[in-house]
Amino acid sequence: MKLLTHNMLTSHVKGVTKGYPLLIKATEVKVNEVEFNPQFVSRMIPKLEWGALVHAAEELGHRQDLPGELVQDFEKNEDFLKKVHRVLLEVEVIEGCLQCPESGREFPISKGIPNMLLNEDEV
Amino acid sequence: MAAFSSRSCLQYLLHLAQDNLDFRLPEIKALLALRGKPFRPCENFREKSPFWCLDGLSEEDVRSIMARSVCAKSAFELWGHGQTHSELRTSLLNFPSDIMSPFMHKDSTYRINVYTFNKTLQFADRIKRIDALEYLPFEGTVSLKNPQHIFCLLEDYGTDPNNIPEHPSYIYFGRWIADGQRDLIRSHSVKNRHFIGNTSMDAGLSFIMANHARVKQDDLVFDPFVGTGSLLVACSHFGAYVCGTDIDYNTIHGKGRSSRKNQKWRGPDENIRANLRQYGTQKMYVDVMVSDASKPVWRDAALFDAIITDPPYGIREATRRTGSHKDIAKPAEGVFEESHVPVSQAYHLSDIFTDLLNFSAHHLVMGGRLVYWLPVYRPEYCEEMVPLHPCLQLISNCEQTLSSHTSRRLITMEKIKEPEEFDSLAHLSDPRFSAYQGHNAFREKYFSGLNKKSTKENNKSDVSGD
Repeated sequence: MKLLTHNMLTSHVKGVTKGYPLLIKATEVKVNEVEFNPQFVSRMIPKLEWGALVHAAEELGHRQDLPGELVQDFEKNEDFLKKVHRVLLEVEVIEGCLQCPESGREFPISKGIPNMLLNEDEV
Repeated sequence: MAAFSSRSCLQYLLHLAQDNLDFRLPEIKALLALRGKPFRPCENFREKSPFWCLDGLSEEDVRSIMARSVCAKSAFELWGHGQTHSELRTSLLNFPSDIMSPFMHKDSTYRINVYTFNKTLQFADRIKRIDALEYLPFEGTVSLKNPQHIFCLLEDYGTDPNNIPEHPSYIYFGRWIADGQRDLIRSHSVKNRHFIGNTSMDAGLSFIMANHARVKQDDLVFDPFVGTGSLLVACSHFGAYVCGTDIDYNTIHGKGRSSRKNQKWRGPDENIRANLRQYGTQKMYVDVMVSDASKPVWRDAALFDAIITDPPYGIREATRRTGSHKDIAKPAEGVFEESHVPVSQAYHLSDIFTDLLNFSAHHLVMGGRLVYWLPVYRPEYCEEMVPLHPCLQLISNCEQTLSSHTSRRLITMEKIKEPEEFDSLAHLSDPRFSAYQGHNAFREKYFSGLNKKSTKENNKSDVSGD
């Protein structure tokens, strides 16, 4: 699971009102090199919850010097876009789980793939 | 009138493949829309013809369409046309010589092809056709192998193979511009794909779907019933980043029985990421997840540029969602096993479609497109059965026939406004939806042709059993 995906996911446990962002408990994290595409990163940034992204990167120990606030004129700032690219698309949680911040329900991640299914008694 | 260059009134000729006829017009229109160009056919346009003349385009527009189209075979700058060879001659001699001359001068090399639709010409007759064009001022040298410019004489003998006329009904002559992407159908064939399932989408149709969805470079595309990711393969080929979900744990993880004839179990690394790697688009892979399309796992925001999917109809893949009608004892507290398979319950087709439309209204960007297949029981089909949503405008609806009484329709919708509170349920109350109401309602109809026979046989055996 990449942090781009994590940024878009929310908890859907019944009755939960504040299910975003999901907490990440990772036991294995990998950094896979992905070709840098500044246009795509620039297009994604306005869609991101910036705080959640920085927090997720922090949780995984891959924040490096990603700024806490979104920088101005990021489209022209290649250095910044590269940092965002790395966090969005290169850092991957291979094993671990996502946890609903309110209910504590855990969604396992195995071989890089989150399992978001709830059990029959939870839906 | 010097301000109007003769280039601006050039026409282009598209030669289209004569299959998937319904899908061609929406594809070309979508690809033109990507260039911000309207579809402007010349007079006498016939949708079912293999030849379309288009107005109001530049050569660049035509090239960009051909770089995407799997319905069009080739495109030409039209130099002349007519119902007879003498009409063609008049038309060609009227074509502005300043446009012709750059492609015909002394130092150029060229070749002339002869293409006939619905008739095969002998080699000698082809040569005769070329020789008959001697009135054209070609000054260059013929080069069959590696010409700078290729020209084509195209003769249309109609579309009835049982009634081929002696003379063509229409003739075109033009300069070849580009070929379409028909090669993708073979190069991406499911036959040679690493990871497939029982219902993997045919390569040609996958690319057509990506075109109808106007998928473009740097888009983010989502498939909520991703299966083995055939649609993601097509979208990633056009430069989109892709993600998908499926309720089936084994499919997403590439486990379980193989869909291949001589192979019992799936091998290691049979998964969607490996499929993208096979075609060199692994960099476009975002993620796939095990998830139930009927559950809101995505943050409420316009995240996707396109949603493109082939929902299960309950024919070859079951329609299920998590949940149960029974009261089940809670499992031990805090134990969420990674591979636990929750009990699933029927997912009515009508609910699949309303969920899909509501989801798209919320999660598509403005102007983003939803493309999906709607199964149809043909004797009862009417246009009003296509699900509607106040935020989504119907763009096209193309039929692919599956059997005498069933077909599926490729539905393309475009988001035209943000959803408001009352919007989401707007089309649920519509009684026309009855066709998809009730689990397996469509499945029962689908098999109704077969059922008559089997019911008879059942009755027989009942009788003999007595």
